[in-house]
Amino acid sequence: MISQDSKLILLKGMRAGIPIGLGYFAVCVSLGLTARAAGFTAFQGFLFSMLNYASAGQYAGAMLYAACATLAQVVSVIFITNARYMLMGVALNQRVKPETSWWKRLIIGATITDEIFGVTIARPGYINYLYPLGAWLVAVPMWSAGMSVGIIMGNILPARIVSALSVALYGMFLAIIIPPARKDKIVGIFVAISFVCAWFFAKIPALAKISAGNRTIILTVVIAATAAILFPVKEKEEGGKKDAA
Amino acid sequence: MPHNPYLYIFVMFLVSFLIRVLPLTLIRKPIKNRFFRSFLYYVPYVTLAVMTFPAIIEATEEPAAGAAAFAVGIVAAFRGADLFRVAILCSATVFVIELLLPFS
Repeated sequence: MISQDSKLILLKGMRAGIPIGLGYFAVCVSLGLTARAAGFTAFQGFLFSMLNYASAGQYAGAMLYAACATLAQVVSVIFITNARYMLMGVALNQRVKPETSWWKRLIIGATITDEIFGVTIARPGYINYLYPLGAWLVAVPMWSAGMSVGIIMGNILPARIVSALSVALYGMFLAIIIPPARKDKIVGIFVAISFVCAWFFAKIPALAKISAGNRTIILTVVIAATAAILFPVKEKEEGGKKDAA
Repeated sequence: MPHNPYLYIFVMFLVSFLIRVLPLTLIRKPIKNRFFRSFLYYVPYVTLAVMTFPAIIEATEEPAAGAAAFAVGIVAAFRGADLFRVAILCSATVFVIELLLPFS
């Protein structure tokens, strides 16, 4: 039987999944245009999204399918575009209670997306598998529905609606990073540095050629490593507090 | 490989699934290294920050609307609004500004 506490955590996860899902829907409508050009039907696009839920990975995947790529190409490109999930898995593993059963671990890992990872890791204490699962159950079907809509409707959806929906995702990112940046000055400084560096990467012609996915990987590794060297965290700052959740 | 969409979808699923679950199932030793622990502490904030800006400005029809949503989101989050409220406020900001901009 599911306890009251567990139900609450699942619901909290689902609530976090709403803004994620709104952003996903908008993003995946445009991704649907790519999938449509690659030759996917609305059903195939839905299945593709329910099983992969990775923006950069699926964009690359649609291109691979259109190009009749080989098995080796598919495996290596998907591995590279989704490699960051491995890093996220390592980070999540640090925050899973050691005696957690394998199927709960499987759920925590399988539900990783950039955004679900973000909201999950931002919570204090050990990770309860129901939180990312709740977020996944709301956000990923919306992501997949977005792709089907993109494939079916093409450019019919009003641009203004897509425009407004698409920033919901970024608003959510801000809601995750700003409160800790307010509490911990070092985090705040490195968040500001990250904004500036990402802006430079997007604006300087030579650097702008780097894909958004690779930009994220490179900047994350360089900036987070710099922060870790200059300001290594003490044990208590790592969110290792135990709570019932 | 044969140009079957389901085969492509399945292979892609398999690779991304393994990437996601391996660190939590097979490679589970807690990390003691202080640098690596610190690195992982900073990773989520940096990742989300670089994914947010300048992407938020490029996501909207009008860059000014995206910039306003960025400012509104930071202020709202700083003042303690939760995930859902910050997201709605950002969307509403873009919707209103793009509605009004043609008249200015």
